[in-house]
Formats: sequence, C-alpha cells, structure tokens
Amino acid sequence: MQSLRLRAILALLIVLVGLAFMLPSLPGVKASALDKILPGNGINLGLDLKGGIHLTLGVDMKTAMDNNLARLGDDLKASAREQEVYILRPTVLNESEIEVTLIKAEQKDAFEGVIKDYTPFAIEQSTPLDGDKVKYVLSVPAKYRSEIEKLTMDQAIKTMRNRIDQFGVAEPDIRKEQGNRIQVQLPGLKDPERAIKLIGQTAHLEFKMVDDTADLKKAQQGILAPGREVAKLQHRQPNGTYTESDIVLKKDAVLTGEYVSDAQVRLDQWNNPYVSLTFNARGAKIFTDLTADNVNKRMAIVLDGKVYSAPVIRERISGGKASITGNFTREEARDLAVVLRAGSLPAPVTILEQRAVGPSLGQESINNGIMSAMVGMAAVLAFMVIYYGFGGVVADIVLVLNIMLIMGGLAAFGATLTLPGIAGIILTIGMAVDANVIIYERIREEVRRGLSAKQAVEEGYGRATLTILDANVTTVIAAIILYQFGTGPIRGFAVTLTLGIITSMFTAIFVSRILFDLYLKHRADNAKLSI
Amino acid sequence: MGLQIIKPDTNLDFIGIRKIAFILSAVLILAGLGSLAIKGGPKYGIDFAGGMIVQVKIDKAIGVGDIKDAVADLKLPGLVVQTLGLEGDHEYLIRTSSSNITSEEVRTKINKALSDNLKAGFEIQRLEMVGPKVGADLRSQALEALFYAVLLIAVYISGRFEQRWTAAAVMAAALAGGVYGIGLLGLDMGWLILVALVITLGLCWYLKLNYALGAVVALIHDVLITVGLFSIMNKEFDLTIIAALLTIVGYSLNDTIIVFDRIRENTIAKQGKLTFGKIINLSVNQTLSRTILTSGTTLLVVLCLYVMGGSVIHDFALALLIGITVGTYSSIFVASPILYGFGPSEPREEEAEA
Repeated sequence: MQSLRLRAILALLIVLVGLAFMLPSLPGVKASALDKILPGNGINLGLDLKGGIHLTLGVDMKTAMDNNLARLGDDLKASAREQEVYILRPTVLNESEIEVTLIKAEQKDAFEGVIKDYTPFAIEQSTPLDGDKVKYVLSVPAKYRSEIEKLTMDQAIKTMRNRIDQFGVAEPDIRKEQGNRIQVQLPGLKDPERAIKLIGQTAHLEFKMVDDTADLKKAQQGILAPGREVAKLQHRQPNGTYTESDIVLKKDAVLTGEYVSDAQVRLDQWNNPYVSLTFNARGAKIFTDLTADNVNKRMAIVLDGKVYSAPVIRERISGGKASITGNFTREEARDLAVVLRAGSLPAPVTILEQRAVGPSLGQESINNGIMSAMVGMAAVLAFMVIYYGFGGVVADIVLVLNIMLIMGGLAAFGATLTLPGIAGIILTIGMAVDANVIIYERIREEVRRGLSAKQAVEEGYGRATLTILDANVTTVIAAIILYQFGTGPIRGFAVTLTLGIITSMFTAIFVSRILFDLYLKHRADNAKLSI
Repeated sequence: MGLQIIKPDTNLDFIGIRKIAFILSAVLILAGLGSLAIKGGPKYGIDFAGGMIVQVKIDKAIGVGDIKDAVADLKLPGLVVQTLGLEGDHEYLIRTSSSNITSEEVRTKINKALSDNLKAGFEIQRLEMVGPKVGADLRSQALEALFYAVLLIAVYISGRFEQRWTAAAVMAAALAGGVYGIGLLGLDMGWLILVALVITLGLCWYLKLNYALGAVVALIHDVLITVGLFSIMNKEFDLTIIAALLTIVGYSLNDTIIVFDRIRENTIAKQGKLTFGKIINLSVNQTLSRTILTSGTTLLVVLCLYVMGGSVIHDFALALLIGITVGTYSSIFVASPILYGFGPSEPREEEAEA
C-alpha cells in the first residue's frame, strides 16, 4: 500500500497546483487577501467574451515597393549628378523595375559605373534613343525586394504599436500574419471607429508650396503647368463635417513628416486646439531656409493627400516649430498628434477583416455559457450517482476536479478562454464521463464473471486504460489540427479540448483509481462493490 | 450493482439489420447532397463568403420586416435581416455584402437609421466584416484542416489497430505527395479534398487496412449527414461550424474505436470459436451500454448548450447535437458492418505484434 500513499500524495499535489492557478479566476478571490499568495492572474478572456476589436489589416505592398523604387530612383539621380552625369527623372515601371533616360550617350560608361557603385539595381536592357539619349530599364533583385517587404512589415507593426500605446489600450496584441497581413486585437475597447481611424491612417505628412499664380479654372479642367497638381483643401464646418475646395500645389514636397520629432496638442488664445510640430535639427534647418525664401507665399500642409491648411508665410521661422490648425475638436487634434508622433505607415493599409464585439454581448455570452455548463453538469452529476451508486460519487468527484484542472491549466499556460472554449469545456463534461463509464462497465463485466471486488477493479482499470488512450488520441489529433489551422476563437476551442482530454485522463484513470483503492483498502475480499 | 439500461446478456443482431441501416444512411446522405446540389453548394456565412454582419438587440418584440423597413433607405447591397437565437431574445442579424463601403460607415448608418425609424431602444452588439480574400483563405484553410484530420486519424488507426505503421506511413506519404502534386495543378480545394479522400479509401482497401477503412467511412458518413442536414435546414457555415465538424470527427472516432477495440480483443480471444459476424455482434452488444451512456450524457450537456448557450453558440450546439447522434449511430450501424463486409484484416506475419 506504499504505492497507494505515494499516488495519493502525487495526485493531491497536482490538484493543489491546479487549484492555486484556478482560484484567481473566480469572482471575489482577486480582491481578497488570498490573491497575494496565489500565482498568475487567472484566465484571459477572449475578445468575444470581454468585448473589443479584432482587425486583420493588409499592407499594400505594391505601393510600398513603388515608393521604395521611386526613392531609389531619386537617389540614383542624385548620385549621378555628383559625378556630373545627368539623367531624366526615373519612372517606376512595375514592382521591380524602373526606367531611366540618360541624356548624353557618351556618359554611358560613367553612368553604368554609378549604377554599379551606389545602387542595388541591375541593368535589364539599354536602348539608344534619337538625339543622343539612352533609355535604361533597371531592376532590383528578388532578395532586395523580400528584404524591403520584411522591413515594411516590421515598420508598419512598430508604427501601429506606437499609436496603440498612445491610445491607451490594455493588453493590445499586434502580430504579423501570412501574406503581408497584420492582426490587431484590442480588448475592451468601446470606440471602434476612432481606433480604426487611428490605426489605419497612413499619416504621410508633406509640406508643399501653393502655386497661387496658376489659373484654378484651367487647372480644374486638367490644364496644368508641369510639376503642378490639384489638391483638396479641407474646411471644417462648425457641425463637424468637412467641405472641400480645390487648390493648386507644386508637386514636389519641400519637407516631409520624416523630419518631425514631436507633435503636441496646444490651445490658441480662443481655446481652439491645434497641433504643434517640432522638427529635428535637419528639419529645422530646412524649414528655416524654406520660410526665409518664401515669405508672403502660401505653404500647404498635406496629410495623406488632403490639404489641412495652407497658411501664408509671414516671415522667416526659426526654432524648428510649425503648427497645423484646422478647427479640430480636442479628440481629433489628439489623434492627429498621435499619428504624427508615431510616424507614418510605410504603405497604406486596408482593413481585410474586422470583428467588434460589444461588452454587453460578451457579458451575456459568459452568463449563458456558465449557466448552461452548470445545468448540464448538475444533470450529469445526478445521473451518475443514480446509475452507479458509489462509483457515481467517485465519477462526480473526479469530474469536478477535472473542470477545476482545466481552468487552472488555462490560467497556468496563459491561454485565452473564448466562447467556443466554454463550449469545449462543456463538451468535456460530457466526454469526461466517458472514461469512467468505460471503466465501470468493464468492472461490472468482471464482477459478473465472478471476480471479487478488488480483482474486478484491478482488471477493469487495466483493460479500460488502453481503450481510453486509443479513443482519446484521435480526439487530440483533431484538436491539434484545429489549433494549427484555426484562428482566434477556434484555437481557444482546440486548447480547452486538448486540456480537457489530458486532465480527464488524469482524473478518470489515475485519481479515481486511488479513490477506489482507498475505498477497498479496509474491506473484506468478498465485499460487494457499489458500482 | 446500480441501475442498468442494457441487460448484460443482451444480444441484438446488428449485423443482421445492416442493410436497413445502409439504406437509411444512403437516404440521409443523398437527401443532404441533393439539397446541396439544388442550392448550389453550402450556404456560407460571412467568415467564408465575405461581407458584413451587424448584430442588434432590440428592447421589445419587433418583426424582421420592421427592421428591414427601418434600414431600407440605406440601400445596402445584398441586405438580409434575420432573427438570431431563441424566441424572446429580440436579437437580429443585419447582413450585407460589402462592396465599396467601410464597416464604420455601415455602423454609423445603421445606428442612425434604427434610431430614426425604430420606436424602441436598441444596441449594436457585434459588427463583423470579412473581406472576400480573407474569406476565401479561411475556406480553404478549413477544408485543409478537415482533410488532414481524416488523414492523420486513418494513419493512427492503421498503425495502432493492425500494427502496420509501415503501410500507414506509406499511405500518408503517398497522399501528402499526391495532394501536393494535384495542388500544383491549381485545382479547387474542394475537389482536391474529394480526390484525396477517394484515394485514402482506395489505399485503405488496397492495403487491407480494414479498421481504418471502416472508421474513415463512418467519419465521412457523419460529416456528410451533418453538412447535409445543415443545408436542408438552411443554416450557414462559418468557422465555428468547422470547429463543430472537427469535434464530431473526434467524437465519432472515439466511439468507433471503442467498439473496434473490443472487436480486436474478442477476435484474439475467440479465435476459431465464433464467426467474425458473431464476434462483431458480441462486441457491439458488450459496449452498447457504454455507447448509450456516454452519448446520453454528452447529448444532455450539448442540449443545455443549445437551449441556454445564447445566440452566438446556437448553431454550433445544433451541429454538435446532430453530429453526436449520427456519430453514435454510425459506430454501431456503419463502421462495424463495413469491417464485417471486408472481413478481419489479415496482418502479415512479419508485421504482426506477438
């Protein structure tokens, strides 16, 4: 009986550890003194239970690539100019090629040297054109592209994380998914519209000079001087809506958001909020020179292609500060400051999937889930005692232990409990009985064959264990595959199902055996078994 | 000794009535397939089809038509309004296919339309949007999951029951290779899986992996009937239904394996004393009370889930109810008779365990 004591101690230890992890999840325990000695924080509730937002965002890699190639092209032009080789402004052909025109054919060797020394480009083809020009098609290697893709994803995630941190969401979860997708989970958030606007905004800030000499009427018909574009100037109305008017800008940005080191919300003398920008050293110098050169001209502040304001430059502005005004509400100004401070996304993102669950539905789901679990469990508990007598009592004890261990296990592994997860637990209640039933039916058979209670228990457990193992392995296989392929709630279901199977084997085979052995320990060999 | 549902000396002739069972199964499967054919495939929820749903809870009883009228002016593409959950919950789903409209616009517009036109308090409880690309990805993932579950389980049964891990491994490798090869042809995932399943069954038959054959047929049987009944009842397929189907796969096998386990045990114990048909009948009868008890308790709990689990979990519980019932039936009336039809497997000497 030495081994029985050993088994009992082991079982007790495991049950105690499970209990310690489970307790913090119960209402009331968290607030009590008990909390200090208990490990962990209880079970994480999934978004479907807590309420919150789940987003899948797709990063527009094509645009990211095009932007990158355009920038590389500009670099190439600049490096060439340093060597006194002149080319026309490169154009992006597709995601891996640009087209460049060399003005003087005799500089061919020099230009090809520049390409080799300063850029990742490879020359795909070169065609001589009329008038001494040469047209080149340049491509970047696949390795460079995949590197850019990785950098773009990392930067997008970092930017989003910065923005969300400023937004003040507890436990946000942002992760990279396959196929240039980013998954964002924001539990407990109540204002999805604002969050989505904040996360999804590209926030590409540019300063462009306004061309007031251009004829607006002609520009609207598409007649524009080279290097000019028509943009929309926003006017915020007192009721919060926007109207737009056309404005002609010089295409090239004179300064961009890259040089912004800080953005803050400030109030003007009429208590209207505006966003104050601070440039870094380099940006401050550019801004000072720029304002000095363009006194009495208008400069447009463009965010994601929309002109927020176009103030006239009154004098040279030194000190590296600028401001964006626009009749914002405080909230809008705050969000704008957040996106500017956190930096721009390297490429536009689109929302591919969005699931928002209100907190009330979450609470209702928890209540329903727990209620149905309680009723189902009570029914099963009652049935087992009626059907199996003492055996039923043992089955009930291990069933309750089982549920406790599942909850403890979920808390210990930091798994997330979702609504399908609760369903998984409920299903486990039904299936956990299975192991007991297999064993008990086997014991009944052995008793009928004329074995004594002790022998029957011995035989019953022995023969049933392998059957139970076989049967459960297949369910675990299904659960593992669910975990592998599923997302969110489905994974939660897989986790509880797997945990449930493991704990039910422990309780039904190991713990219930101990209870039987204890029960039979001091009984005569010919005692009847209540099963 | 406590209560007994099944008397210990019960000996029902399950093998004898297998033809009736086969006809019943065939009718159910054909009805389901027929419904799928008429409706042009399963009715996908937004998880798989893409689109947008808004779940609204209203304070008082109100008709679907009233809600439809309230949001009619928005001219949402593909608008469908349906009730959700049980009578008295007053919960509704407003569904629209999302083209050129963002989820936040839909939220704002529905909010406004309802508060303008509905004389009752309401709350938007849930809003989900799935883009078409994500939906298609989820669909193929779900099918893949079902397929790999069946494949791995077939391998496990062959290895475990017939000690023929080599044959099982060969089958798995051939299938995985085959699926990869066919995948390169760019075939639709649904066809891919159909082909793979036919090959699996063919291989099981050819390699005489009869236990696996019986189990896999029973499992496909259960999934087909559940899917068919869902189609007949006009229920939608979404991710939670896939989870339910995989649970059914696990449960159905669980059941089948316990019967098979007993058949294997009895085959060894009563070698030469009983015909294979008698052995199967004996085994099914011996495990019958366990089968009924376990299914009974599980169904009891799932029924609680179905009745009280709330709107979100309702269809999931329904799928489980159907699946567990069918799974129990199939382990007695489908898996075992198939094993009987193909005879006990004949493990070659060198592979058999002592």
